[in-house]
Order: sequence, then structure tokens, then C-alpha cells
Amino acid sequence: MVDLRRAAAIVGIHEHVTRYAPDKSELQIQGESVIKALADAGLTKDDVDGLFTASSSARNSGMNLADYLNMYPSYVDNTTVGGGSFEFHLSHALTAIAAGRINVAVITYSSLARSGGVSVGTGGVGRFGHPVLEPSPDSFEELYGMTTVGLYAMIARRHMHLYGTTAEQLAEVSVAMRHHASMNPEALFRDPITVEDVVGSRVISDPLHLMDCCIITDGGGAVVVASPEVARNCRRTPVWVLGTGEAIAHQGAGKRDLMYIAAHQSSPRAFEMAGVTHDDIDMAMVYDSFTITVVETLEDLGFCKKGEGGEFVSGGRLKVGGGLPINTDGGGLSSNHPGMRGLFLLLEATRQLRHQFDGTGRQVPNCQLALAHGTGGALGSRHSGGTVILARD
Amino acid sequence: MTTAWNKPLPTVAGETKAFWDSCRRGQLVIQVCEDCGEYQWYPRGICANCWGENVRWVQSSGRGTVWTYTVTYQNRTPGFAEMVPYVLALVELEEGVRMFTNIIDCNPRDVHIGMPVEVTFQTATPQITIPYFKPAG
Ligand SMILES: [Zn+2]
Repeated sequence: MVDLRRAAAIVGIHEHVTRYAPDKSELQIQGESVIKALADAGLTKDDVDGLFTASSSARNSGMNLADYLNMYPSYVDNTTVGGGSFEFHLSHALTAIAAGRINVAVITYSSLARSGGVSVGTGGVGRFGHPVLEPSPDSFEELYGMTTVGLYAMIARRHMHLYGTTAEQLAEVSVAMRHHASMNPEALFRDPITVEDVVGSRVISDPLHLMDCCIITDGGGAVVVASPEVARNCRRTPVWVLGTGEAIAHQGAGKRDLMYIAAHQSSPRAFEMAGVTHDDIDMAMVYDSFTITVVETLEDLGFCKKGEGGEFVSGGRLKVGGGLPINTDGGGLSSNHPGMRGLFLLLEATRQLRHQFDGTGRQVPNCQLALAHGTGGALGSRHSGGTVILARD
Repeated sequence: MTTAWNKPLPTVAGETKAFWDSCRRGQLVIQVCEDCGEYQWYPRGICANCWGENVRWVQSSGRGTVWTYTVTYQNRTPGFAEMVPYVLALVELEEGVRMFTNIIDCNPRDVHIGMPVEVTFQTATPQITIPYFKPAG
């Protein structure tokens, strides 16, 4: 493969701080985010030739977004593979930039999941209105009351059965995320919690409790990706893309071992491309739709062996100062989760690599390399996995 | 005694019609490939393994074990909202493929991984009968 290391860089970011915005449209949140991310980079509307976005609603397609922004992008990518879409977008933007098709790409997302009252995890098929099922596979699944949390819960249940993972170990993930959220003034929930709080919260889908589940918020943001030539002249120090890996996992005609998730496929691709090892990674942004998502993802990314994730996440390892700090913004479990969260993984990884929080407890000391892994869809069923490895200049 | 079925109903297509016809007769059928010999689930018009076209319907033993499960306490979808708590499960059939289902006719607390189960059917409409699983007798 062509060496694509440092073929593109993240040069501008913006997180729309709203967690609740009933007075805004999704397009407005995206528009405000794109404008501020470009200002962060020191670039203008005319510099952008690539537009990348994902949405679960057709009305928020790339067409409508280009219309709203009054842009005429020459390269458009609406890859929508759930929450991990934005790690795929970064991978695709890298390729398009390296091929010389574009110089500057904007990746953006927004959602009004909270003010719209979307029951992301527990709505079942009925959350989108009257369900007319597709002949396959929905007609063999939705008859049984599938929910997103239910699918993850089945993976958690089997993980416990095979490896002795405990509810208390899963709860450690929530506790660490809340600890980080306590240092993020924008996080929705910032009061510290304990393992007892998590395992004592209401059971949503056994063995997952309310506090094993991510929150539902509004929100949005944007990331500006540029070629090395452009990046060198931006306001901000570039954050380089070293490696990317994409994967889809599914039931494999009823035979796949569902305990191995898409990260198992995408992670080796990203590490091989980047030419770095797990020991080189200073912090990770790991999609935390549910606590079990983090345990499974860390195992399949290769940070620990299959089955050892419960022990790995315990004892404060995931906190800043621990062996592998993750989700230093508080994650989807405590900071924000507007339907899909993959974009926010790129935002916080960039902040860490910029050393934006130097002098505070949120900064991972001397952060040089960060990994982000987005998961979309549902473990236990069809899902995506996008791994990216980013480096400080 | 009839109550209207308010849970989602399957949409029947050409490639899945034989499955739903069999359910109506109280038989669980799955597909096997004549070319490569592999079973597959869910039903489809091609072999998912070798991409051949010679898939054949065969009757499953209807027996299997619980591969994993969850007791669901919250689902906003009509039909299930009133049914909580219910058991959502993946059952591994004796033929080696795993399918989503509900484990019914038992206390949710009694369900466990590895539990032997067998197919049972419920009539949803005159056209549609749905397979479920219950503890093996
Ligand atoms: Zn075949």
C-alpha cells in the first residue's frame, strides 16, 4: 500500500457546546460548527472542496447540507455506518487528499436526539414510527422486541458467562468517564459516581443498568482536514493522521463468533498503516455507547487479551494518570451522545494532542499519539468499526 | 378468544416465502447449500458462504441451546412495551446457526446460557405464524 502516513492533518475543530437546543435546526448546528472549525484552522469557505457528513435522517444529507451552507463541494461522502461514521470519513478524506482530489475537507455532524425525544437505545423498531419491516433481516429480528441496549446486553451477558466479567467491572467504565466529565464544564453530568451507584441503578436490559448506558443529548461539531501543504500554513499546529482501519462485522449467516467485534478487524489495519504499537499510544477515545462496548473494544483493539477487559478497565486504568486514559471529555456515558458520537472522539483526541488542557487534570501528560475507535450499529448484530491513529506534529 | 396482534409483523418476500409458509404449518425450516453444504440463517436467495444459487430448504430439528440472552425491561415499541420483562435471546440450533428469538413459556429468571430449548409457534394473523423457543420438554 502507498504510505499514507501524514498525508493529511486535522487543522481545525469545533464542538457545539449545546446539550439541548430545541430552538435550533440540525443544519444550523452544523453550519455554526463548520464556520467555527474553519476559523479555528484559519481557513475560509472558499478553501473547502470536500464535504463529509452522516445522518440517520435523509433530510440531513450532503445535498441539503451543501444547500444550507451554499457550498459547491467537488467531493461528497455521506457514508453512514452509525456512530463510527466519522472515523470512516476521516479515513476517506485522507485517501481523497492523498490522491490529490481535494485539499480541504470538512467533516460535520449534528443531532437533536434529546429535544426530539428519540429513544435511541430503548425505542425498538417503533422509535421511527409505524414499523413496516424489511423482508430481511428485520423480519427475522424485530418480531422479538430487539432494542439497541438489548443487543449489547446479550454480548455483556455472554462476556460474563465466558470470562467471569462482573457488573462491578463494567461499572468501573462509567465511574472513570464521570471522573473525566467532572473536569469538563460542557459535560451533561459532572457529579462523581461510584461503582455502587451504577450497579444500584435501574436495570434496562439485564445485565446492563441505566448507568451502563450512554446519555442522550443534542449536539454537533465539525473537523477540518487538510493536505500537508495547506496544514503547514494553518493557524493551528497540525494533528497528523498516521493510520486508519475500517471494518464491518455482522452475524456471518448465523455463524460468526459475535464476541469478536469489528475492532478486531479494523485495529490491525490501522496499527500496520501507522507503524506504531499499542505501547506507543498515550490515550484513546473509545466509543462508549455502553460500558460493555468499552470492554469489548479495548480487547479487540488489542490493548488486552479477549476476556481480560473486565480486569483491564478496573482500578482506575482508564483515568488520566492511569495506564490508558480514555474519553477524557467524559465520553458518551457522561458528556454528550447526540445519536452518533464518532465525531466527538476526533475532537477530544485533537485537543489532547494540541495539549489544550496543559496545567489541568484533564490533560494526558506529554500526549504524542492518540487512538480513536468509533463503533456504529450494535454489537451482537451488524456494526461498524473505524480505528484512527493520530499524532502530534 | 382473539386479540389483535400489535407487535411488528414480518414482510414476506419471494426468497423468504417458503419459510413463512412452513411456519404456518408448524415447521421450522432453514437453508442448506447444495454446493458447499453450509447451513445459513437468516434465509436468503443466495448461499452466503460460496455465493452459489443452489440453496435448499430443510426442516430443522427445532432444538437448540441458548447462546446468550437478556431480560428486557424497557422497549417503547407497542406490543413489547406491555410485555416487559421479556427474554430476548440468541438460540443456536442443532444445525449450528444462531437466530434471534424470545424464550417464552417460562420464568425469565430461569433462563440461562446453554439451556436446552425447542421451537414453538404462535399464530399472529391468518397469514403469519411466528416461531419462538421454550424450555425443551
Ligand atoms: Zn454454498
